[in-house]
Amino acid sequence: MAANTNKAKKPAAPKKPGGISDTNLLLTITIVVFIVMYAGAMILLGSGFLRAQTFFNILNNNAGLILAACGMSLVMITGGIDISVGGVAALVSMCCAVYLDMKGGNVAVSVLIAIAIGLGFGLVQGFLVAYLDIQPFIVTLAGMFFARGMTTIVNSKPFNVTNEGFVELKGTRIPIPGLGTYNKKGVYVDAYLEIGVIVALIAVVLFFCILRWTSLGRAFYAVGGNKQSALMLGINVKRTKFIAHLLCGLLAGIGGYAFFLHVGSGSPSHAMGMEMDAIASSIIGGTLLTGGVGNIIGTFFGVLSLKTIQQIVSSAGLDQAWWTGITVGAMLCLFLVIQSVVLARKKKAS
Amino acid sequence: MQKKKSIFSKGGNTQLLIPIIALLILALFNLIADPGFFKISLGVNSAGDTILSGYLITILDYGSELAILAIGMTLVTAASGGQDISVGAGIAIAGSVILRVLCGGDSRAEELQAPIIVAFLIGCVVAMLFGAFNGILVAYFKIQPMVATLILYTAGRSIAAWINNNELPVIKEPKFAYFGGFIPGVPVPTTFLIALVCVVVILLVLKFTTLGLYTQAVGINESSSRLNGLNPIFVKFLAFVILGLCVGVAGLIKVSRISSINYSVIAKDIEMDAILAVALGGNALSGGKFNMIASILGAYVIQFLTTTLYKFEVQADALPAYKAVVVIILVVISSPVVSDKLSALWKKVKKTPAKEVG
Repeated sequence: MAANTNKAKKPAAPKKPGGISDTNLLLTITIVVFIVMYAGAMILLGSGFLRAQTFFNILNNNAGLILAACGMSLVMITGGIDISVGGVAALVSMCCAVYLDMKGGNVAVSVLIAIAIGLGFGLVQGFLVAYLDIQPFIVTLAGMFFARGMTTIVNSKPFNVTNEGFVELKGTRIPIPGLGTYNKKGVYVDAYLEIGVIVALIAVVLFFCILRWTSLGRAFYAVGGNKQSALMLGINVKRTKFIAHLLCGLLAGIGGYAFFLHVGSGSPSHAMGMEMDAIASSIIGGTLLTGGVGNIIGTFFGVLSLKTIQQIVSSAGLDQAWWTGITVGAMLCLFLVIQSVVLARKKKAS
Repeated sequence: MQKKKSIFSKGGNTQLLIPIIALLILALFNLIADPGFFKISLGVNSAGDTILSGYLITILDYGSELAILAIGMTLVTAASGGQDISVGAGIAIAGSVILRVLCGGDSRAEELQAPIIVAFLIGCVVAMLFGAFNGILVAYFKIQPMVATLILYTAGRSIAAWINNNELPVIKEPKFAYFGGFIPGVPVPTTFLIALVCVVVILLVLKFTTLGLYTQAVGINESSSRLNGLNPIFVKFLAFVILGLCVGVAGLIKVSRISSINYSVIAKDIEMDAILAVALGGNALSGGKFNMIASILGAYVIQFLTTTLYKFEVQADALPAYKAVVVIILVVISSPVVSDKLSALWKKVKKTPAKEVG
């Protein structure tokens, strides 16, 4: 009997050669939905969405979110969560703003400050989660509280940065030839990207490669999929979790700087709800909160989908404030149900 | 409080210690800093009623919503191994519905359009429906609770604003303010009485029904509880509906406090505090065994901390930073790794195996 069930189970365990993995299946759903949504917006709403710059602006506005969501996905793949990213981003922008506002503030040093803050949060949270075995939700919740509170302690009033070097960096635009438009006066204007977007795209590609082709990346999936078997395989589970939180903190720091570079000011209310946006993007991108499944490219498209739907809502004339919240909620609901149904059917089929 | 330990498992003994020790530390700190913190005096409020006042009363008053939410959150945590992060948004919806029913669509109505009890019941039903929505996503669709409730977290406040057409109704009827303030002739805050009723009800339910047992069984091992004849889907679903009811009650208190509503501010971040209350109560956030009294104590510990910080004139926005430090210290001390090392150290220091409870 026992031998029988063993035999019956064995063929199901290895992936069918022609089959598609959970990660890729969810990724495909996300990308298809995004393309359909954007194409629909182009056809039905026209004008704004036909301009390439509209698309680039979604990127420009959310470079910080993309970076933070990358980190979030890494942590989620290992089965954890980090809700401190929004707080860290706010703290980074406030600290950098205060530093740059002082005499002799240097842009390069401000970048270092951002990275140091991010790494600091990552180190402490990673240590508490991985080595002291405290639930990641509680640790990062405290991290978020701490970061938000510190932001107010550093400076309670919002203000703009006037540092010359910084303003120059903020104004730097990378033109994309061939995709520009003619403005009202008939002058040709190149489409452009901001520096933050380039950093975000590099991070997306980098972490995509790390997850796919390095042993560290595979360790992330293994730890998230099944901690016990990862341990049996000789993976250092604690160190892997630690690294995931460290990277998430680092990315939140860099993401905070990208956000700061875009808005050019420090304020305690900056990046409010960024952690939830990041989690939502990761989920829409096919990362499961239970761990073991996920993809950075998916997360990237998750951010785009999330922000595109908001753009569609506001340009469709539903300018009442509540519509954004409701549509985003509805979209999340839709994605979650699709994912759960698809995964459940797949499980049954195998 | 000490006697009730026996209701729960043996683990309750050590579990209750965490919030009690935290409470004692906070109390001691306040005693040293300013003994006036513990002064309770009889005063007369603006309405001319005799009421109790003092920092301790403030804690009991403002900790009520949190304690009520902690009840539901403990059940949800125990049954599903996840947390509901939509309770703040749920409170906004429940409050909005209550105001809508009371005003009957006219935000400047001079008189109540419906009895308060009807509005309250409708608010509770709506909150329970939203709880059921979360419950269906979690129990039937097997979505992780935090993710499933993220939907209402993002959409909830918008729905609340939508219910009242984004208007801010104001209730002029003084009776409505009783629920968040004082009933004339009763010197104790009404909110505390409401919380007390809720706590007594849930303790009775846990004592005389199998709710607690089933919830823990499902939380510890879903498939084995199913093999034992339980219905894990229904138990999880029920936990979310009960949390919905708690949200409805908390919503009434919240809107009654100001006789109005502010959609984006009402009960902001209360979900985080409610989850913290459960964690401070020593309950595993991954589900399974729970201790209701510890959670409720945890809620009051958080309010104690908040009030203490306010007393030292900490800026409201900076408050979370201090809270975070205290929380981290508490969870580090109670973390399994550290507590194992501490207890090993304790055994070395004191080699008398005096165990009080077997």
